[in-house]
Amino acid sequence: MMRIEIVKRPQHSALFSALSPFIALFLTLIAGAILFSILGKNPISALYSYFVEPLTEVWSIHELLVKAAPLILIAVGLSVCFLSNNWNIGAEGQFIAGGIAGSILPVVFPDFQGWYVLPIMLLLGMAGGMAYATIPAFLKVRFNTNEILTSLMLVYVAQLFLDWLVRGPWRNPQGYNFPETVQFSDSAILPAIWPDSGRAHWGFALAIIAAVVVWFMLSRTLNGFEIKVLGRSSRAGRFAGFSAGRLTFFAFLVSGALAGLAGIAEVSGAVGQLRTSISPGYGFTAIIVAFLGRLNPLGIIAAGLVLALSYLGGEAAQISLGISEKSARIFQGIILFFVLASDSLIYYRIRIVSRLSDTALKGA
Amino acid sequence: MKKLMMALTIAASFAVAGPALAADKLKIGFIYIGPPGDFGWTYQHDQGRKQLEKELGDKVETTFLENVPEGADAERSIERLARAGNKLIFTTSFGYMDATVKVAQKFPDVKFEHATGYKTAENVSVYNSRFYEGRYVQGVIAAKMSKTGVAGYIGSFPIPEVVQGINSFILGAQTVNPNFKIKVIWANSWFDPAKEADAAKALIDQGVDIITQHTDSTAAMQVAAERKIKAFGQASDMIKFGPETQMTSIVDNWGPYYIERAKAVLDGTWKSHNVFEGMKEGLVVMAPYTNMPDDVKKLAEETQAKITSGELKPFTGPIKRQDGSEWLKAGETADDKTILSMNFYVAGVDDKLPK
Repeated sequence: MMRIEIVKRPQHSALFSALSPFIALFLTLIAGAILFSILGKNPISALYSYFVEPLTEVWSIHELLVKAAPLILIAVGLSVCFLSNNWNIGAEGQFIAGGIAGSILPVVFPDFQGWYVLPIMLLLGMAGGMAYATIPAFLKVRFNTNEILTSLMLVYVAQLFLDWLVRGPWRNPQGYNFPETVQFSDSAILPAIWPDSGRAHWGFALAIIAAVVVWFMLSRTLNGFEIKVLGRSSRAGRFAGFSAGRLTFFAFLVSGALAGLAGIAEVSGAVGQLRTSISPGYGFTAIIVAFLGRLNPLGIIAAGLVLALSYLGGEAAQISLGISEKSARIFQGIILFFVLASDSLIYYRIRIVSRLSDTALKGA
Repeated sequence: MKKLMMALTIAASFAVAGPALAADKLKIGFIYIGPPGDFGWTYQHDQGRKQLEKELGDKVETTFLENVPEGADAERSIERLARAGNKLIFTTSFGYMDATVKVAQKFPDVKFEHATGYKTAENVSVYNSRFYEGRYVQGVIAAKMSKTGVAGYIGSFPIPEVVQGINSFILGAQTVNPNFKIKVIWANSWFDPAKEADAAKALIDQGVDIITQHTDSTAAMQVAAERKIKAFGQASDMIKFGPETQMTSIVDNWGPYYIERAKAVLDGTWKSHNVFEGMKEGLVVMAPYTNMPDDVKKLAEETQAKITSGELKPFTGPIKRQDGSEWLKAGETADDKTILSMNFYVAGVDDKLPK
């Protein structure tokens, strides 16, 4: 007889820090194979269509980048928030706010055209996201409001505002009253990077730049140090002379700006018009991406690509094997579960205690 | 980054290509907005797909993608079906319109069929159904059966297709009871059972004694059954969910259309078109009239027969708009373009249309 104990490590394990992603991947493959076998599908070909097939065609790699771009942009911003202990759950709302603000030019002034349209749109998108993120930051600093609740609730406000705009004042007058704005003119479309082979747009390049810049800021500047110190211990931070309130604003503004940029990049690069909904929940999925990437902007790039792959793989599996979209979602859940579970091995270890030594211990 | 892309591209070109295609079969793809198990909109499209498979047997092979969000994801999903060798693709929700047109430009040899939109191209057809014809019959029944003179209407989104239904329902009801009213609640979703159930409860609490819906789940039917009032099903026959509740249901019967279009591709006679078909062509089918006295049933059947023969067109004047202004003069019939872009209520609707 024996039992299993989970014991906190005195310090975190460098070995498991390195091994954990691979353990997670291994366990995911096993669990996935079991799942697909139960569904009566050949597990090897299921895993193939999940993880490999989307990478076998150039256009599909483009689609991977399209899907990953908003996830990475938002998650990079969120890493600044989460590291500094600011729980911004409302990136979805800031994404929408950015999409709306950035669309002012092409929707309201469609005749205004030129090379400068796109930069202005991107800046307005960032400004929109920032402005929207200021609200929970202000409420937290001024009234000590719980930012999880306020930022989350503001998501619904943004969604409904977008819905109202697109059904009402911004509706395409030639569109048979369907809730869509006009199609953006060419000068308002974020161009494709390699237009000959697929539709990956410059939003992905922006995501990589943002990740590198934020990584540099976090690891190489005083500002980054401040974020980490205040995030781990606000008391210690105060002794060092850092202001928690100022940092809250900073973190929300950075993550709001990046979410807003993601919003306008998605609207302008991938959709080409505003619709009643512009995001299948990127702002929430990005929270998972941020943690999968361990709040490290460079890790987030990888995590964003992996999560995007799981979406595309789910679709490939639907087509080639007829696996329901639901089981694809379950599979995504399995991946996340094992990654997070394996990460706990970094801080905890598993000890198997046999009953015998236990009683021996008591006897002593 | 460019290096990584290059590496990936090179890796991709050496990797195994997708599974080989069966050359002689016509591959047909479907994009669904919801799950086939919604027992409403998507369920009926999937029924149509199954009928198609049954009818044409091994000449065709069908695939579908479910729960595809409108927007950026739709374009990828449609393109994936096209690249997987599907030569005929049905995109079954309005919001797929621009994505369908965009992908169609890239795949000129693939035929696309988009449901309920308005943009056509050389290889893009549009098909739409006159659901409002069924709503008219329901309105007649509702006004006969209702004691309070008020019906509750659960709407999805205030788009023309739904507004047509509301207006047609009240016009049908007013032929029986000129003072008939409807209350509308917008669920702002096509498929959200919890919200639809809440909407049904709220409407019943406001005194309606008939529930009808333009959302896709069976939740409202189940609430109506619990509260012992009558209701109409939507998109599919929902009698299982309210054996003593459902009076009839508008059944979207896509099968014949899907079979016809697949045959056209097989024969090489497929041409792009824009069709708007209803009871006459068999796209709109009424589920059996149940839970009503014989005289009401007879009236319903007569109304249905008149619409099918073309003798009765629901949007025929005199009709006043909600604000009292005249829409159609006596004897004047609305043309299809007006019907397809309808964004106002007629008199008698107790709601303000969200704009």
